[in-house]
Amino acid sequence: MSSAASQLVLGESGLFDPTAPLTASGNLRRRGVISVIVTVTATAAALAAVAILAIVVYDVLQRGISSLSVGFVFQNPSGLAGGGIFNYVLGTAEVVGLGAAVALPLGVLTGIYLTEFAGRRSRTAGVIKLALDMMQGLPTIIVGLFVYGLIVIPQRRQSGLAASIALAIVMLPLMARSSQEVLLLVPNSLREAADALGVSRWRTVLTVILPAAMGGIVTGAILAIARAAGETAPVLIANSIFDPNAVSTNIFHGVPTIPMLIYSSVELPIPQAVARAWGAALVLMLFILIANVGARVILARSRGKMGR
Amino acid sequence: MFVLCALAGLLVVVTLVDVVYELANNARPSIARNGLGFLLHTQWNPNFNREGAGALIFGTLVSSGLATLLATPLGVAIGLYLAMMAPPRVRATVGPLVEMLAAVPSIIYGFWGLVVLVPFVERLEPGLHGALGFIPLFGRPATIGISMLSAVIVLTVMILPIISALTRDLFLTVPRELTDGAEALGATRWEVIRGIVLPSTASGVGAAVVLGLGRALGEAIAVSFVIGDVNAIHASLFAPAATGAERIANQFQGALNAQHLASLFYVGLILVVIGMLTSLAARAIAGRFDVNRAVGATV
Repeated sequence: MSSAASQLVLGESGLFDPTAPLTASGNLRRRGVISVIVTVTATAAALAAVAILAIVVYDVLQRGISSLSVGFVFQNPSGLAGGGIFNYVLGTAEVVGLGAAVALPLGVLTGIYLTEFAGRRSRTAGVIKLALDMMQGLPTIIVGLFVYGLIVIPQRRQSGLAASIALAIVMLPLMARSSQEVLLLVPNSLREAADALGVSRWRTVLTVILPAAMGGIVTGAILAIARAAGETAPVLIANSIFDPNAVSTNIFHGVPTIPMLIYSSVELPIPQAVARAWGAALVLMLFILIANVGARVILARSRGKMGR
Repeated sequence: MFVLCALAGLLVVVTLVDVVYELANNARPSIARNGLGFLLHTQWNPNFNREGAGALIFGTLVSSGLATLLATPLGVAIGLYLAMMAPPRVRATVGPLVEMLAAVPSIIYGFWGLVVLVPFVERLEPGLHGALGFIPLFGRPATIGISMLSAVIVLTVMILPIISALTRDLFLTVPRELTDGAEALGATRWEVIRGIVLPSTASGVGAAVVLGLGRALGEAIAVSFVIGDVNAIHASLFAPAATGAERIANQFQGALNAQHLASLFYVGLILVVIGMLTSLAARAIAGRFDVNRAVGATV
């Protein structure tokens, strides 16, 4: 619908037409009504999204809260349905932690390369950015298949290590992207001041730029870790065979993780097992939501410090 | 320091190339046996060493396509609301909440979909079939709610926050002078959106939609809980179906033999190719019209 008003603003050719007569088009009421309808629709859409989040969170909370207790998190499971999820929590922390230890420094280094060292028109940087985009677009199940071929087949067994590598591949592009973004926010005057004092580039990066961007980098790291903690597809492919009832932290063997517990209990015909899975889902979701809120708070603080 | 950083960047490129190599290498037995006919062949019968991805490709495209179709208007509307209509305080609360929707892991969406959404869809289907049954899309309900429709709904919820967050950031980049100028000339809010905001961000919105589509195409876990993993092509949304990613998640652990495993890798290879094509398409769309816009940075 091309309303008279937008023609008045833009003219026939889409450009401003100074010779158009400034007369009322006489359909102000209709235009106003359409505008209100659009506003209401958009508001309703936003409310719907918030409502969906509320429904999902409420459903998980309502079903998981009954199994939640201190013992639930700090006890090992017993049998298919009893006990807590301690070994799963520990395993998730180990697998995600190892993946983060690999991916986060690499991601930050990649971000530094792209913003601080590569020239604006560097072809290498272009290729790396394209690769980061594609890596972030890789379905996580594909990342699982990849480490299966790379690590599990040669080693002839699934392992926490394989899952860690897979999660590192999930985290790396996120970390590189977020550190690239915060590094771009560091004011150029800082770099110029350091250059003027004759400081070498790497020293500037280490002592001036990284400290200034630290808040944003920490935020990116927390978000990446929260994302990896909930990833199921890679652990399903690379790390799904383990002792479900004992702590096993040997990274070269299967390590139990929370997403796998949920995945494997969902369709068990035992109500207690499903209840335990809801409890695990609640623990996982709370961790992820709290991490997200925390990351936002840190980001807001550091923005405040940088005067933005 | 420079060398270290450059090496980290190059590692990304090497990993990506290796991903494709590993998939192709492990898919080789299946590629040798089935060739490109794999793409069209619609049977999946590992017991008889007959595998074809036709039904999977159909299910993948239909589920993601419909989810994108649903999520695009909703997501753009949310983006518009957050960028142009919401009071600052509402924006600061609702924006992060919508983004939180993207933080919920797919296993929880799958679990929630199976336990909460699927029974709901089961109750929904007879009514829809009664009212709209003359359209083949709304055929006779076939299951207890495990169906293409459930998968479409879950995928819509999952990509909605991606599209809305990306488009919101885009709409915020529209120069203030343009919208203010239009308003000064008497344009209503809708006319500002339609005349100024949407045309000047069209390519970015397109890129955001393609990125959402890419996410939906590769989603495995959440879909595997609600779609049924049935290798069939139906016009009806109420019939169970299967997608490529979901098939890999469902059958990988229990693969019968090397040939079966190789076929799953072949499906993975197809998904990677589709995924990379969507990444490239998003970049191409974003780069084509407004080079100066920071789509590449926000996406």
